[in-house]
Amino acid sequence: MTELLVKNACVIDPLRGINGEVMDIAIRNGKIVEEVSDAAEVVDARGMLTMPGGIDSHTHICGTKVNFGRYMSPEDMRAGRTPRQGAMHATSGYSVPTTYGNSYRYSVMGYTTLLEGAMAPLEARHTHEEFSYTPLQDTMANTLFDGNWGILEAIRDGDTKRVAAIIAWTLSAVKGFGVKLTNPGGTEAWQWGKNVTCIRDPVPYFEVTPAEIIRSVVEANELLHLPHSVHLHCNNLGTPGNYTCTLGSFGLIPDLNKKRQTLYATHVQFHAYGGSGWKDFCSKSEPIANYVNMRPQIVIDMGQVMFGRTTTMTADGPMEFNLYRLHHDKWSNHDVELETGSGIIPVIYRRKNLVNSIMWAIGLELALLTKSPWQCLLTTDNPNGAPFVKYPEIIALLMSKRYRDAEFATVHPDTESRVPLPAIERELDWHEIAVMTRAGGARALGIQDLGKGHLAPGADADVAIYPLRIDEVDPAAEYQKVIDGFSQTEYTIKRGRVVARRGECLVHGSNATFWVRPKVPENYDMGKDPDFIEKFDRYYTVRMRNYPVQDEYLTRSRCIETEADL
Amino acid sequence: MIVKDAVCPFCGCLCDDIEVEVEGNRVVAVTNACELGMTKFMGEKRMKNPILRDGNRWKDITYDEAIRYAADMLLSAERPLLYGWSGTHGEAQCVGVHMAELIHGVIDNTSSVCHGPSILAIQEVGHPGCTLGVVKNRADLVIYWGSNPIDAHPRHLSRYTRYAEGFFLENAFRDRKVIVVDVRKTETANIADEFIQIKPGGDYAVLSALRAIVQGKVDTIPRTVAGVTRAQLVRVANLCKSAKFGAVYFGLGLTMTQGKYKNIRNAIELISELNRHTKFTISAMRGHYNVYGSNEVNTWMTGYPFGIDFSRGIAFYNPGETTAVDILARKECDAALIVGSDPAAHFPRRCLEHLADIPVVQLDPYPNATTAFCNVQIPVAVTGIDAEGTAYRMDGVPIRTRRVLSTDYLSDEEVLSRMYALMQEAS
Ligand SMILES: [Zn+2]
Repeated sequence: MTELLVKNACVIDPLRGINGEVMDIAIRNGKIVEEVSDAAEVVDARGMLTMPGGIDSHTHICGTKVNFGRYMSPEDMRAGRTPRQGAMHATSGYSVPTTYGNSYRYSVMGYTTLLEGAMAPLEARHTHEEFSYTPLQDTMANTLFDGNWGILEAIRDGDTKRVAAIIAWTLSAVKGFGVKLTNPGGTEAWQWGKNVTCIRDPVPYFEVTPAEIIRSVVEANELLHLPHSVHLHCNNLGTPGNYTCTLGSFGLIPDLNKKRQTLYATHVQFHAYGGSGWKDFCSKSEPIANYVNMRPQIVIDMGQVMFGRTTTMTADGPMEFNLYRLHHDKWSNHDVELETGSGIIPVIYRRKNLVNSIMWAIGLELALLTKSPWQCLLTTDNPNGAPFVKYPEIIALLMSKRYRDAEFATVHPDTESRVPLPAIERELDWHEIAVMTRAGGARALGIQDLGKGHLAPGADADVAIYPLRIDEVDPAAEYQKVIDGFSQTEYTIKRGRVVARRGECLVHGSNATFWVRPKVPENYDMGKDPDFIEKFDRYYTVRMRNYPVQDEYLTRSRCIETEADL
Repeated sequence: MIVKDAVCPFCGCLCDDIEVEVEGNRVVAVTNACELGMTKFMGEKRMKNPILRDGNRWKDITYDEAIRYAADMLLSAERPLLYGWSGTHGEAQCVGVHMAELIHGVIDNTSSVCHGPSILAIQEVGHPGCTLGVVKNRADLVIYWGSNPIDAHPRHLSRYTRYAEGFFLENAFRDRKVIVVDVRKTETANIADEFIQIKPGGDYAVLSALRAIVQGKVDTIPRTVAGVTRAQLVRVANLCKSAKFGAVYFGLGLTMTQGKYKNIRNAIELISELNRHTKFTISAMRGHYNVYGSNEVNTWMTGYPFGIDFSRGIAFYNPGETTAVDILARKECDAALIVGSDPAAHFPRRCLEHLADIPVVQLDPYPNATTAFCNVQIPVAVTGIDAEGTAYRMDGVPIRTRRVLSTDYLSDEEVLSRMYALMQEAS
């Protein structure tokens, strides 16, 4: 039995309604408990800001395309190197760090749970392999269904239950967590070098539209009672005027779930653009945020862009090719048979560039104009908008109008006429930041009942203690202190152990992976469905028996079983 | 007993539809595999136990002794080299990286003498690729450039291209065109629809000509380019542009001939250009069944696919300096651990002369050319036969190999983990 007592913590724990109360946190065997014995090891938090461990609800850290981002970018690997030291292995990389690099840097920032934003089922084993070398965070993977042939055919046949059955079989087989649609229909079209422009374009051959895919998969997701909602990367990412497409997609979504949203729309900054071309490109954060404010069934994340070098990587192959045509740097693409694809290119976001400056403003606007922080979570779509190490700066920007103004003075001068940002006075408070970086993520992912995102007895003892005195620091004025405070915890506690202290990781952790196994009736078991099996055998190049990810690949397996309504 | 859907641990095709019939813990029949795979499954004579060089003789030693010998050798080395890795499973490769990091060694895999230049090209211009099934189901044009699958990847043609069924092709054999580009008429060229014969060393020029034609600059092309007529080049460029889905598979005939990485860079840029007209992909025909896995493991753990030098604590990558042949040729290396490869069969003589001068430990189930350079050889289980583990197919699809026999041999991962544990204790 190991016991730990965190004393004098200034706790913000939004899911329990605690906002800045000084209290003790008792931990036994990796869980939060009511009290511990006198023998417990004591950590004195000395009134420092203490919150549940951070949860990144959309990041790219592990798997085929992330690793290809490293593979093709020795210049990025050279841009961040640390040697083996103490319990820490050597790390490389700035925008796409090695797995240890990701894990240590997130841990130092107090993050204990990460959702990998996109996993191709056929290559799931790779994602899980990298998860096990991401030792200091619990992990889970969004599983890509945007171009899944079985699903496209079932939608064409109007059979939503079969859609659900294929999702159920696949999630169980590849140990996936959530249902991800990336440019639905577009990734299949891209295997012919084509794309869909918005939600009404039919997908070649399959003759279903993105709108039909979104609606049907949302319904199927709820039939399966999955913890997380459908996780959508809208069509038409990154193009001027795409906000109408985004609003059109949001408009497809009924309110089907009492406990959480029905749609999680990711990196909405990239989908909130006005204008008819790059010349009149402008922010449409207002109509998007207004729409979200009226629809509790929708949660978004920011996808904030920060200036500097990074690597873009997404399952959205056609979008990456368009970016390549703009930037003319190197380009990688990787289509995955019967399922999806991905693309990668390096980019630099520049203050001197008008479009980049507008993008920077839009992300902030979305967070400031969305009234409820539960509906807009803090992300950069790491590393697409910026590497996650920029989160502390984003927090400071959201908390300080003065900081925003100071930064605004350095961006392209024409930005002012294209964005509402300068007129927005709102400054987020500590509690709102806690929602956007942990509690909101736990609720949106549906993992709060599994002990994530809060510090109630029974919860996983994942705790972040930041060297910040919220009664002393004025975030509106002292934004540098906010940045410093969130950059490096005093203590990061994971499963009841201190894993990071003042920038140094102290143990070699062993992470858990959450995955979902929906139970379906026999006649919906695709593993026994003759048509499904026949197509699999004929068109995949991997045998069906060799497709599922074996238990060996999960360091700690946390399987969530659900009962499907089929 | 018949083991179905076994995974063939021979080439980068990583065929996973093999049926292996086992009787009395011996493989007696293999179905679906090619000659090469069949031979591997049927097995050669394996080494029984670890051996230690004792003057001109070999002495049998125990696994404990052999592992201790290797750990001591690596710990006392100033510039240890950990080389090979393409013939073992990913889990063992991971231990290898940790080891290299611990002892500040150099870890390199066989791609440095194989598709290393291809990787360098990708690091400059990227890689438009796809999984093999995308080609199988869609490609109406396949180009083998400097690669001869009938010899090196026999089932590539039947599983993914020439003889494969494809979802979007009504009659795949008729509707799919195959072009072979090579310096000599290979066996694969015999089954192609079109053969382009290039004069040795002319690949770069031919690629440049094709790029120019695709860009619409036919006038700039001389009547022949490296032995290929302008008429043929124009015909082929048009075939490419009018294909619905094209795929290029290149081999060492493009990577390791005059121009090297520049050839690959040119080929990739041609493909990027073609993507402005239609859909095109390009991929390397990777040789060993898990050489790509070794690149993947190295990359997520160190940031680089091969040739990683930990001598300064951080991971440092500079092919040509931190790759095995260079470290041996410069006589820097003072101890070598070889896993899952046979450098003595491939390395230049200068490297082998140095290898003969330093202590060498090899993990390999069979005696091979490198055995002659070893101080100790440790026989291990064969991944895909008596050991399970992860391998990455040439297109990046990871597959877990099956165990078809149970033997007492330790796997590479087990041997290396024990070695690593001893090294951790000591440091
Ligand atoms: Zn993303």
